[in-house]
Amino acid sequence: MAVTAVAGVGARPTPRLRRLEDERWLAMALLFPTALLLGLFIAYPFIEGVLLSLTSQRVGIPGKWVGLDNFVKVWNDSIFRTSVWNTFWYTAVTTVFKLALGLWLALLLNRHFRGKAIVRAFILLPFIIPTVLSTFAWKWMFDPTFSVINWALFHMGIITQRINWLGDPDLAMTSIIVVNIWRGVPFFAISLLAGLQTISPELNEAAAIDGARPWKRFWYVTWPLLLPVTMVVMLFSVIQTFADFQLVYVMTGGGPANATHLFATYAYQIGIGTGLLSEGAAISLAMFPFLFLIVVVQLLYIRRVETR
Amino acid sequence: MIEGALWRKWVFYNIPLILFVFVLLFPFYWMIITTFRPDGELYRPWNAVNYMPFWTNNPTLEHIKYLFEETNFGRWMMNTMFIATISTLISLFCGVLAGYALARLNFPYAGSLGTVIFVTYLVPQTLLFIPLAQIIRNFELGDTPWSLILTYPTFLIPFCTWLMMGYFKAIPKELEECARIDGASRWKAMVYIIIPVAVPGILSSGIIAFTLSWNEFIYALVFLSSPDQKTVPVGVTSELIRGDVFFWGPLMAGALLGSIPVAIVYSFFVEHYVSGLTGSVKG
Repeated sequence: MAVTAVAGVGARPTPRLRRLEDERWLAMALLFPTALLLGLFIAYPFIEGVLLSLTSQRVGIPGKWVGLDNFVKVWNDSIFRTSVWNTFWYTAVTTVFKLALGLWLALLLNRHFRGKAIVRAFILLPFIIPTVLSTFAWKWMFDPTFSVINWALFHMGIITQRINWLGDPDLAMTSIIVVNIWRGVPFFAISLLAGLQTISPELNEAAAIDGARPWKRFWYVTWPLLLPVTMVVMLFSVIQTFADFQLVYVMTGGGPANATHLFATYAYQIGIGTGLLSEGAAISLAMFPFLFLIVVVQLLYIRRVETR
Repeated sequence: MIEGALWRKWVFYNIPLILFVFVLLFPFYWMIITTFRPDGELYRPWNAVNYMPFWTNNPTLEHIKYLFEETNFGRWMMNTMFIATISTLISLFCGVLAGYALARLNFPYAGSLGTVIFVTYLVPQTLLFIPLAQIIRNFELGDTPWSLILTYPTFLIPFCTWLMMGYFKAIPKELEECARIDGASRWKAMVYIIIPVAVPGILSSGIIAFTLSWNEFIYALVFLSSPDQKTVPVGVTSELIRGDVFFWGPLMAGALLGSIPVAIVYSFFVEHYVSGLTGSVKG
């Protein structure tokens, strides 16, 4: 470019630096550290994982090629099927509740009141505090003998005897869902609140003057404008929930009787716990098609919104 | 806006909001009260007559003492702090450079590289932990902090890059062009003009990256094995539960103390945290 030729003020750049004047070289140099780390610890393990899932490796025993045997074996495993069902159920139920409650909380926060900044800072805590640590607090609250939740329900007259929250398969899944919703609502609320704040209040006022009732104003004015943010928030949440590990690991470890496993916890139990590395890798990779589908659908949606 | 009657305001806004705040914060209160409750009171069934859920008259420090005297808790805190700090710095370095390149330079495939970064941003750690554990072992990094310092950037860099791209795109091109006309090289314009303007973005990504690495669990669980190498979440999980016995007092004390560094960082930079979080959603 002419600019560099005119600029004789500074010292003449050394040849190496001059090469950085070319945008393409500079871009390559700037992207190199990122490409190195991501290549080494994402792309390479992904390929290794695929290869591993096609062999019969265990801890200490180098495996041989078995083709798709691991996937067939896993598919016929009733615990795996339960985990697949659990994962979908867990993701669907928590996402619906997180969206509904998060939106409600965002609407509650989207007005002026005293102490708003403090309330907003405090409600994000469940999202900030390390999940494992806060999940232990919940596990302790759900303890069958010492449960404060049982105490509260008993004194409100709702139950007459103790509830074994984590001992019964259905109740255990429900308890895990409750904790996930508790952790996720703040993220939804704060993100949706940011989305709400970009919507001009004049739009709502104009609709109000035209005689629209509050819920119609929400449905026809606020919600369509909020949809793009909502979709991105859901994308993150669905993927994180689908691939969740820590919450189930701490709350039940997949029990009672393997009834609450998700893909990730079952992969851990088989791959690390039992040492069947190849089978564990196959179970985690079984998540991939679903994750891929979710990402593609969402990327297409986002692109459509952007080009509109 | 016209406000309705006072009772409506309470029924539709204040009471639901109070309930939300109560439910969202109660587990933390429970953590705190358990930390200071003596064992005799702790293991009293919920239907006992003298079960006293919300207060204790005999606060004690025995659980915290146990944590520091009988376990490596202090060591775990140091480990986590070290790992979180270094991996955050690495990720910021890579993310800022990559974000700048993707947002402001013209080169072939810039758009598709941006998409690749976005997609890696969505790769969950649970997808790759088994092959990655083998790779870590082959590189002889197993059971060292470096196994985590080098792998945490895989989920932090895409996040930082994505966030920084947004910040860089918002800086007007003229700023850089002025510097270039005055004779600055591309590199100098980036380092001395653009990056200083993007400091709020760097701070936001740094804080979120720090909390994310403090929160990470499955890599730390799989890659580390000796008790004095562990991070807080893994140490608390594996050393305070023996078989079926949960040491609830020390466990809650560990959860409380292990949350404090994150809470402090967060409390100092709430605004940056929130703007980073919402910025990452807007893209």
